[in-house]
Amino acid sequence: MSEANAENKDVVTRENSEVQKQQESEIVLRAPVDIYENAEGITLLADMPGVNKDSLSLQVDKDSLIVEGEARIDMPEGMEALYADVRSTRYQRSFALSGELETDRIEASLKDGVLRVHIPKRAEARPRKIEIHTG
Amino acid sequence: MFGRLTNFGGSLFDEFRRLDEELNEASGRWPWPAGIRSVARGTYPQINVGSTPEQVDVYLFAAGLDPATIDISIQKNLLTVAGERKSPVEKEVDYYRKERFDGAFRRVITLPDDVDPERVEARYRDGVLQIHVQRREAAQPRQIKVQ
Repeated sequence: MSEANAENKDVVTRENSEVQKQQESEIVLRAPVDIYENAEGITLLADMPGVNKDSLSLQVDKDSLIVEGEARIDMPEGMEALYADVRSTRYQRSFALSGELETDRIEASLKDGVLRVHIPKRAEARPRKIEIHTG
Repeated sequence: MFGRLTNFGGSLFDEFRRLDEELNEASGRWPWPAGIRSVARGTYPQINVGSTPEQVDVYLFAAGLDPATIDISIQKNLLTVAGERKSPVEKEVDYYRKERFDGAFRRVITLPDDVDPERVEARYRDGVLQIHVQRREAAQPRQIKVQ
């Protein structure tokens, strides 16, 4: 009986902390992106200042690419904001992908807060020049 | 956005200001009046300024900057940061989005009056430029002992 109670309590606590976590993370930063395409594939560049390799997460499945990151800023104890353009430390942005992209061959790099992601196209999806025969 | 710039009592501007303040209040996002040297929010680079009794720290969220192009100067309590972020348009590709900033920028930040312009340090890491300015000791809170 007491064991069952303890279990219930655990569940409640977990739910509460999840709710709290959601509230805290309500404000997300939308990283500005450049996206362009050529015959080989699609390239995405995203500005995510403050994010390093360890605080960046890229989730890819067949249909979507989710970019998330946490800006890690050194700040002294007890610092008060005098002014703040940036009101959160969490970046999140997602993009729908299409079937001709080879999601298992995505390459990503991060330098000075700029994320670069390259998604190649399947060979059969690359554009072919179609010759026109005359006569 | 219009902030204190329009504080001269014209009714049209008053209306703008009222609307602006109401929007800001409704969104609950903008507690500070716009500084006279400030630029539109969202302009590259975005800036945060924080302070403690000992120091003022300025954070510029400037991803992809070449540190060699950054020019920082301070005159009394006016901090100027200029630089150039190159994000050229790629050739022979089709763009779907081009949201990232490309070009030169210059921001002037008014710091509290008691900063010491002789003691400024700057560091660029992970796309964040952190400028650390020490405050004068006289301005820091002092414990007074009762004799």
